[in-house]
Amino acid sequence: MTATDHHLLSVLVENKAGVLARVAGLFARRGFNIISLAVAPTEDERLSRITIAVTADSAPLEQVTKQLFKLINVVKITELDPKAAVERELLLATVDAPGTTRGQIIELVDVFEGKILNVGHDRLTISLEGHPEKLDDFEELLRPYGIAELARTGRVALPRIDNSSRLRAARSA
Amino acid sequence: MHLTGSQALIKSLEMEGVDTIFGLPGGCILPVYDPLLDSPIRHILVRHEQGAGHMAEGYAHVTGRPGVAMVTSGPAATNIVTPLCDAYMDSIPMVVITGQVPVGAIGSDAFQECDTIGITRSVTKHNELVTSAQDIPRAVREAFHIATTGRPGPVLLDIPKDIVDAQNPNSAMEWYWPDDSEVREGLPGYKPNTKGHPRQIREAAEYILRSERPVIYAGGGILKARAAEALRELAELCDIHVVTTLMARGAFPDSHPLCLGMPGMHGNYSAVTSMQRSDLLIALGSRFDDRITGKVSAFAPDAKIIHVDIDPAELGKVRRPDVPIVGDCRLVIEELVSVIKDMLEGGSTFLDRTPWKQTISGWQETYPLAYVQSEPGDALKPQFVLEQLRDNTPDDCIVASGVGQHQMWTSQYWKFDYPYTWVNSGGLGTMGFAVPAAIGAKVGRPDAMVWAVDGDGCFQMTAQELVTAAAERIPVKIAILNNAYLGMVRQWQEMFYEERYSEVYLSPDLPDYKMWAEAMGCVGMRVDSPDEVQSAIQKANEIDDRPVVIDFRTDSSEKVFPMVAAGQSNDDIITDPALGKDFVQ
Repeated sequence: MTATDHHLLSVLVENKAGVLARVAGLFARRGFNIISLAVAPTEDERLSRITIAVTADSAPLEQVTKQLFKLINVVKITELDPKAAVERELLLATVDAPGTTRGQIIELVDVFEGKILNVGHDRLTISLEGHPEKLDDFEELLRPYGIAELARTGRVALPRIDNSSRLRAARSA
Repeated sequence: MHLTGSQALIKSLEMEGVDTIFGLPGGCILPVYDPLLDSPIRHILVRHEQGAGHMAEGYAHVTGRPGVAMVTSGPAATNIVTPLCDAYMDSIPMVVITGQVPVGAIGSDAFQECDTIGITRSVTKHNELVTSAQDIPRAVREAFHIATTGRPGPVLLDIPKDIVDAQNPNSAMEWYWPDDSEVREGLPGYKPNTKGHPRQIREAAEYILRSERPVIYAGGGILKARAAEALRELAELCDIHVVTTLMARGAFPDSHPLCLGMPGMHGNYSAVTSMQRSDLLIALGSRFDDRITGKVSAFAPDAKIIHVDIDPAELGKVRRPDVPIVGDCRLVIEELVSVIKDMLEGGSTFLDRTPWKQTISGWQETYPLAYVQSEPGDALKPQFVLEQLRDNTPDDCIVASGVGQHQMWTSQYWKFDYPYTWVNSGGLGTMGFAVPAAIGAKVGRPDAMVWAVDGDGCFQMTAQELVTAAAERIPVKIAILNNAYLGMVRQWQEMFYEERYSEVYLSPDLPDYKMWAEAMGCVGMRVDSPDEVQSAIQKANEIDDRPVVIDFRTDSSEKVFPMVAAGQSNDDIITDPALGKDFVQ
């Protein structure tokens, strides 16, 4: 998944039972495949933010966005341009780590600035936070060592702060 | 004031001005039926929950007020799914209350439990499982607000038994009634936009002034927005012809010189073709349904599109508009009229549209609706029956229909001169709609004469509600166009499946409709010959204390024309073979 061939929707919804089912059901009914979806309450406890990454052409996406906005519990929808958004995701992985490879794995975790959360006789549980693409790379490099279990949260995103980017542009000009 | 949840529910409905509930009690909703005994609200006890839903729709169609249905949990809730979907497709304001098993039993596969919220999520504008008695007034208030504002639609409230059961402490609540601002605060994501954008409206006016071949494409939204008068003012001011879709029949008078009638798959030649050839389609509360457009890529190829709809998702869903306007049809049209008047006063003029008007009247002359009258002794022509019904009933008679050939003939041959006189199932195409919808319409408009035109196939799906009508003394009149077939399916098999008739024959005599009607407490009649038609209708019109059913024996080989075959271009409209013969006009 590269940064440009997906759309990011940041959907502010009422924090009520069943709202996620309404949102997810709408994507399914209109034939859209959700790449990832993350949901949690916002700074306002009455609202939750659902971050949805989806592959779609822009015309049908416009339609699904409009349909989504018709849901009574949906308060606001922002389509984030992946280039103008900050995206983050968390990965947890338990990998095989016998004495022969343990050092290499720890080195890899260090390079990626990950953390070792749990240590067993021949396994390690690792966490890594970062841009989803960085997590993809990390997962690929871990794979040869033997991934026993893997969980990813799905991406969350917020728009980049407008002012600072304009300031940067002004400075570099 | 301490109330139980059930008292609060009934009181909330009274506060919303509900005068009638269509319903059928059962285990989980039982506690709500007790305070109903002490309420001025009239309850119509249906024989099947689907009937309750369609009656509520019929009531809403003719009154503009939300229809209300109340049924129990499980099978009752699933039985009302079809009316919910029907109301969702046709934007009918409706509030449905379903019983649910007690909160603590939800998810345990309890007796008569089903996931009503999950099942109805995609066929309602909104639904809510109310889990506390204290929430009931708020939930009811929000349900009516959502059902009746913006694009109207059905809302379902699922009410667990424990929060309404007087014996259960969970049903205790303190009465309150939310005001408008509390309702708005409770629905932070619901803000329908009713006022059109002034710049867009101005642009629409400019398009209208620049057009040579404009057509107003009026849809059901005109009726929902109570915009029939505004539409007439716009059409007359700009001298533009109007097509009224199946959902908009009556929104513009059929007898008006600018009315072209119904467009679409079985629309009038002149309505279909004027849209096809137009250079500007002014779509008002219509949604470019596939039955209207035919093959989308070939639809009205030269037309610029002004599209007014209160639902932003309709704009660009099928055809990208040149001027999209989100707003309430009535408000937008009124604004448009005033902008155009200003422009005319400022010296602007319309283009010369004389050639276009001549072209249209040429089509109207060359391609009228047509059929060949039957020979003496042969079965009745359905079109003849409809002409007789039309001509022997008051001009403001309400007519309901089921779905199929009889529906198309009714829409074609009736003369709709008043809004809210046509009740039918457009989007979902629900067979069996006519009988219960007519009953609901008669309850909503007891002063009006209500006829249902039904097919024999449709009638057999919901006829049991005539027992309801007889018991409740609701004098509706049902004309069955009995051609002994699932007629529309038969027509397609004849035209597109090489006359290979598969599972479409129903028999004219089984059941015996006259005896069946009488068994249900109605007056039953049977009409075989053309000279009996008028007297049977007149006899039915005089009966005012019970329902009447007339079994009209019609010609099973008669087909609905004109026709644009499914998926074809509207250019390939098939006109009636009767044209060019000795047709009746």
